[in-house]
Amino acid sequence: MNPSLSLNLVEDVRQLFTFQFMISAFEAATIVAVLAASVGWYMVLRRQSFAGHTLSVMAFPGATGAALVGLPTSLGYYLACGAAALAMGRAPRGRRFGTQTAVIATVQASGLAAGYLFLSLNHAILGGPEALLFGTLLGITQAQVLALLGVAVASLALLAVVARPLLFATVDAEVARARGVPVKALDAAFLLILALAVAATSQITGALLVFALLVAPPATAQMITMRPLLGLGLSVAFSLLVAWLGLGVAYFSIYPVGFYTTTFAFGLYVVTRAIRATTASRRARARV
Amino acid sequence: MSALAINLEGVSVARNGRAIVSDVDLEVGRGEFIAVLGPNGAGKSTLMKALLGLVPIAAGRATVLDRAPVQAGSEVGYLPQRRGFDHATRIRGVDLVRLGLDGNRWGVSLPVTGRARSRRRADRHRTEEVISLVGAGAYAERPLGELSGGEQQRLLIAQALIRRPRLLILDEPLDSLDLPAQVSVAALIRRICVSEQVAVLLVAHDVNPLLGYLDRIVYLGGGRAVSGSVDEVITATTLSRLYGAPVEVLHTTDGRLVVVGQPEAPHHHGHRHEEAAA
Repeated sequence: MNPSLSLNLVEDVRQLFTFQFMISAFEAATIVAVLAASVGWYMVLRRQSFAGHTLSVMAFPGATGAALVGLPTSLGYYLACGAAALAMGRAPRGRRFGTQTAVIATVQASGLAAGYLFLSLNHAILGGPEALLFGTLLGITQAQVLALLGVAVASLALLAVVARPLLFATVDAEVARARGVPVKALDAAFLLILALAVAATSQITGALLVFALLVAPPATAQMITMRPLLGLGLSVAFSLLVAWLGLGVAYFSIYPVGFYTTTFAFGLYVVTRAIRATTASRRARARV
Repeated sequence: MSALAINLEGVSVARNGRAIVSDVDLEVGRGEFIAVLGPNGAGKSTLMKALLGLVPIAAGRATVLDRAPVQAGSEVGYLPQRRGFDHATRIRGVDLVRLGLDGNRWGVSLPVTGRARSRRRADRHRTEEVISLVGAGAYAERPLGELSGGEQQRLLIAQALIRRPRLLILDEPLDSLDLPAQVSVAALIRRICVSEQVAVLLVAHDVNPLLGYLDRIVYLGGGRAVSGSVDEVITATTLSRLYGAPVEVLHTTDGRLVVVGQPEAPHHHGHRHEEAAA
């Protein structure tokens, strides 16, 4: 049976959930959306999007390396992301962000080079580079959903424990340090949480799409509000909206899920930005 | 409880094996307002960090609020030297001030129990109180990055004050402010010093905006320190002796002081990367 979009919304939703694979896809998308948006909110505030991007492309050496030595692919993701996070954590932090960026870029380049080497060494095709980059959202097993849920709960619990000191260290590192907040340890811990989140979600959504959920919803939320809790909530809400909508629309379309998810996330960001720009200029005019 | 907020006897502080200040004696009474002056590189910030326990003391005896510097933590409010928050900083002043209170608490406190709710109410109340104390009520809800240097500085002082510290260490709070803002922040600090009974140690490189508000000054130069009233310390005789080189002090007709001929601290090339990392 081919899905066909009708004008009856109830009928459409019923169609969406006819098959187990779609139910699993929605479950996975929901978990991923909440995890990526929460961790991403901190990432955007900390201006570590570049680090996040580097972690997400570590899926490539992770998957190819695991295939080469015969490890499970998912373990490869965690090992590669974890190693990259540790390497980036060694970068000196401070006012001179240049060094930090250079270290991250070096990690990224080395990771990609290693991935390419692993790929050419074993000639194995890992379900195609497409799945690696853009995910296999429609072939998810219940076991994968459960594993994803476990990692998400663990990462979010960890994030909740460090939430406030991490915010303090992010906006005001020096005062935080004087107050006894272990700023350096938190820097490293956050990169590891980010690595965990990225490794878990990129197995489902692909290396490039996790990034769309990691950046666009939090960035949109931070344009709208500066309140930390409200911002986190909005970020999660946007992320869920984008993930569900992308999955739903893709079901009735011949184009892939990832395209829709990313486009909706980008669209939301652009529209919010445009609205903010017009209200800001109106306010500026009103002040004059 | 002794009458002293800070007591230094023959204190030396070194960084990377290089002595920054040596043999400093200093007594700061509770509720006193003291300025720490001296040219760039004289070790003012390093001495402040030693008082906070962030840099170890190489020699001598130091007590801060009757304890070792490291242990005085929560009773010392600190405002580090900084360049200000840039335009893209997406956080409100009120949240920054509040972090001074709860920023080092781990975990999340859901307002489900009566105790958590009343604690949250008390935190919010204290935040409002300290913001109105520094007169920042009008702009505390706005993003920090959009505020002027003086407005940011008032909010940072509020953050440093929120835990009712007995000692406030302010590192160059007047730096990068225009002159009227410098004077109004100096007046604010004097007012707080008296009303909150808190000792203040303020690092500055220019004494003039502070004249009339201070109790005493500490002058660092040539790796040593002298303390006393402005009239005792900022004189040609005292400063020349401190530097071991002739220094002149000019009095302008509007009451300002100008120090002429003070040698800048020697620059140590090759140490800059270590300082950035520290």
